[in-house]
Amino acid sequence: MDTLQQLSENMQKGNADQVARLTQQAIDEGCEPKTILDDALVGGMAVVGYKFKKHEIFLPHVLLAAKAMHAGMDLLKPLLVKDGIPTIGKVVTGTVQGDQHDIGKNLVGIMLKGAGFEVVDLGRDVSPEKFLDAAVSEKAIVIGMSALLTTTMPVMRKVIALAHERNVRDQLKFIVGGAPMSKEYAQKIGADAYCYDAVSAVECVKRFIGAH
Amino acid sequence: MRPLLERIRGGATLVGDGAMGTMLFERGLQPGECPERWNLERPEVLEEIARLYLEAGADIVSTNTFGGSVLKLQQYDLDSHTEEINAAAIGAVRKVIGDRAYLSASCGPSGQMLAPLGDVSPEEMSESFVRQITAFAREGVDLICIETMTDITEATLAIKAAKATAPNTPVAATMTFDDTPNGFYTIMGVSIEQAAEGLAKAGADIIGSNCGNGIENMIKIAGELKKYTTLPIIMQSNAGLPEMQDGSVVYAETPEFMAEKCRELLDIGVNIIGGCCGTTPAHVAAIRGVVDERGA
Repeated sequence: MDTLQQLSENMQKGNADQVARLTQQAIDEGCEPKTILDDALVGGMAVVGYKFKKHEIFLPHVLLAAKAMHAGMDLLKPLLVKDGIPTIGKVVTGTVQGDQHDIGKNLVGIMLKGAGFEVVDLGRDVSPEKFLDAAVSEKAIVIGMSALLTTTMPVMRKVIALAHERNVRDQLKFIVGGAPMSKEYAQKIGADAYCYDAVSAVECVKRFIGAH
Repeated sequence: MRPLLERIRGGATLVGDGAMGTMLFERGLQPGECPERWNLERPEVLEEIARLYLEAGADIVSTNTFGGSVLKLQQYDLDSHTEEINAAAIGAVRKVIGDRAYLSASCGPSGQMLAPLGDVSPEEMSESFVRQITAFAREGVDLICIETMTDITEATLAIKAAKATAPNTPVAATMTFDDTPNGFYTIMGVSIEQAAEGLAKAGADIIGSNCGNGIENMIKIAGELKKYTTLPIIMQSNAGLPEMQDGSVVYAETPEFMAEKCRELLDIGVNIIGGCCGTTPAHVAAIRGVVDERGA
């Protein structure tokens, strides 16, 4: 089995130590950092995301794979920067103000990073101002908002309203998700897309970045 | 009052109460506010809720201590008040129910993940539950209800903390399952069989499920649970899943619908039937009616 394949498989199993070792080995063997990223890590994370979507694996498995992915990314990042490889786009994510639930939001972040996007995670309980300040200063193209509580969902509308107020609505795409959310609700508050799960969030962002 | 477990072993089916969060939000709790803060600031609201459930016919009335563990209260910088917050919640319910119903002290998840997934060690998580449950034991409760668990390791730590801290108090432990194409699993990947085995092994006296599902799925979960346990079973269903209608949250399952469906839980042999999110005193009253009719 070649190094990249071993790397991908170890990442999928969440073996962080092996991922760090194999990433270094691939670099030493002369593999392009971009190839290691795309073929082994991004490819591996796509498999993890697919299996999670199909309920073949569960949250702990995804989180361990994500930790393993980071172990490889940490080695690749400086090389990618040195090679001047641009990231394919930046996404700001956060759980909306008043809401402390971040499992779903974290999963979206993991899958987006796994797909090669840069993610600026604002954490939980994020105010509308903070979302927009970060999106503008980071030059993000997408804002991803999450809510688990039916009582905090209306904050999403406020974030979008503030984007209109600040005249930046056209530069940004808003994706929303969370257990109580629906496509209808997303439309009603003027979001660009409702994402049922982390994998569909990645598909959405890819679509937006492509159109950007 | 006869001890709760004795009543159940004698063949009684007990009625639990309904939602706490839903009632608090109706009474002005703001998103992002710590619900347990109201134990200190607005105990009269908790007394009112306890009274409504008692009058609706609940045999078991719960405390507003779902998020009363140290780790959970830390999110709101309230962990230094763990003892007072839990004591106040118990005081409010006891004041209303006296010995007319059983007082169930709610204990929800820490909101943190154990290492290596998260940063919390088992010792730290255990200590977080011990401090909460020490407050339960000091005030005196009739049941400790460890609920909405998704990680069997966390549930085990909580049950063991309860058994070590309050050895004479019965412990109920419930997990929240998702309906997947491959069967029911918690988000952490615990199957119903694994839950039944793990919760019993940890020392729970009563096991079951709460939240995450409406009554029809809960019937399926109860049926499967029954295959894997001889322990008494508790089921606390949501009134369906929350839906947004015209900007407000609606739970579709009516008291009549849920009560009617509860007959199937009784057929399975469920010992305690209560409600979770979206259920109200009206739901409890309707379930009371069906349970009484069956017992008569």
